[in-house]
Amino acid sequence: MSKVLLQGEGVETYYGKIQALKGIDFVVNEGEIATVIGSNGAGKSTLMMTIFGTPRARAGRIIFDGKDITQMPTHEIAHLGLAQSPEGRRIFPRMSVFENLQMGATVRNLENLEEDLPKVFKLFPRLEERRNQRAGTLSGGEQQMLAIGRAMMAKPRLLLLDEPSLGLAPIIVKLIFSAIKALNAEEGLTVLLVEQNANHALKLAHSAYVMVNGKITMSGTGAELLRRPEVRAAYLEGGH
Amino acid sequence: MEYFLQQLINGLTLGSIYGLIAIGYTMVYGIIGMINFAHGDVFMVGSMTTFIVLLMLGVTGGSGPFIIVLALALVIAISMAVAATFNWAIERVAYRPLRGSFRLAPLISAIGMSIVLQEFVRIAQEGRAKPIQPIIIGKKILMTKVVGNQDFNVTLSYMQMIIILSTLVLMTVFTFIIQRTSLGRAQRACEQDTKMASLLGINVDRTISITFILGAVLAAFAGFMFFMYYNVTDFFVGFNAGIKAFTAAVLGGIGSIPGAMLGGLLIGFIEVMWSAYFSIEYKDVAAFTILVLVLIFMPQGLLGKPEVEKI
Ligand SMILES: Nc1ncnc2c1ncn2[C@@H]1O[C@H](COP(=O)(O)OP(=O)(O)O)[C@@H](O)[C@H]1O
Ligand SMILES: [Mg+2]
Repeated sequence: MSKVLLQGEGVETYYGKIQALKGIDFVVNEGEIATVIGSNGAGKSTLMMTIFGTPRARAGRIIFDGKDITQMPTHEIAHLGLAQSPEGRRIFPRMSVFENLQMGATVRNLENLEEDLPKVFKLFPRLEERRNQRAGTLSGGEQQMLAIGRAMMAKPRLLLLDEPSLGLAPIIVKLIFSAIKALNAEEGLTVLLVEQNANHALKLAHSAYVMVNGKITMSGTGAELLRRPEVRAAYLEGGH
Repeated sequence: MEYFLQQLINGLTLGSIYGLIAIGYTMVYGIIGMINFAHGDVFMVGSMTTFIVLLMLGVTGGSGPFIIVLALALVIAISMAVAATFNWAIERVAYRPLRGSFRLAPLISAIGMSIVLQEFVRIAQEGRAKPIQPIIIGKKILMTKVVGNQDFNVTLSYMQMIIILSTLVLMTVFTFIIQRTSLGRAQRACEQDTKMASLLGINVDRTISITFILGAVLAAFAGFMFFMYYNVTDFFVGFNAGIKAFTAAVLGGIGSIPGAMLGGLLIGFIEVMWSAYFSIEYKDVAAFTILVLVLIFMPQGLLGKPEVEKI
């Protein structure tokens, strides 16, 4: 039995009066890749942001490494070793690529920048070519790489990726998924991955959740869910 | 020509003061999207503190140069600390609780804070103007022209020299902080995407506090120079200077730090030139007319950033 790194119990989140998460239970074990799949508007991004306390859960608990972080300020959560590449990328448009990566290393006070920068650049050589370019002028795909690279710069214990494949060419998607796999296998990095691209995500994931309309409707190992006819019908065949 | 050159020097001096104040408006707007209407009064607090500390120290133009330098350094440090404390406290007490409230709420609160500061100083220090004998006197004659049987001298006073040079130094240091240090990066990150900055571990509240402190430090220095230049201050000087500096920030492009400096210089020039060649009574009208024209034809201001970012 491996150690639980992140756990949610009955998490409920609201936007005003609208309830986006309706009691979510989930577990991410240390060293594994967990994934949440679900169609647009299911509440996946809301879950990712609720883990960071913005918006804050109105009910339930979120526990990271044995510590209740439900009410913890967002920036302190980051300092515990969680990093996120969020929906919409949210790179800093008027900063250079390099400065964006520096921002990623905020939680460790920019230490060992020279060691970790090459890792990101090796994964995304495009970023090295554009090192001094304003991030707002990058293409969508390059911005996505930057958002992921920035999250990696934190050297997190848990990496949260919200639709990293969105807007990327298939060849880059492949690259990113193999990079996630390598980070997980070689460095033991724990990953929570949100995807609409269910096929890729389920193949990669040790554990997986299906989210529908703010609720978890199915869970199991990635391989199990991949075999389920309901999952195949809803998320794999016909357009996804 | 000589007359124009003299006005250029005067405009540069006044513009330096406006520019330093304008940065405080623009930085606060950049990070929390509100106009800190009390900022002009923070400048006033800086100039008033300069007056009080100078009086306590008892330095005069007759003190030795070493004593004067030492005393002025102390005066600057204390004025900056006092102004920074005020601005920091204003944000904590009057703006932070209103964050996330409707947009006008912090603006109304800011106007309230402006009145609080003015009235506080008026009552604590009495309403009358506070003059001193000039401490730094003397000037350099750059050029002389004979007009009729009189000489017209183009002069640069030592105080003007100090104002222009120290503004230059301060701006360089400040630009370095914003562009090259992690503090400045955090400040810019919050300005561009507050939520993302916090996801990366930036303490947004602290960064906002630091922004108010930095703005106040620059305003206090402007207040110090203002007092040393005009040798008089009162509880109300923040109103006029504040409005001019705010105009400068909008003219330069609100949110842009180089824009604030440029706007400050321009407003200083316009005001001085207008007074010199047309009528001194209408100098404010001239400054605001230029503002209106710029806003009609260039709503972003001179150096404002057009938001052309890819989605
Ligand atoms: N900032 C917001 N304000 C109000 N409603 C929101 C906001 N963000 C998301 N929602 C709503 O919450 C629900 C879940 O959205 P989201 O978490 O983005 O889903 P997903 O990431 O799975 O596509 C949707 O109905 C969406 O419209
Ligand atoms: Mg989403």
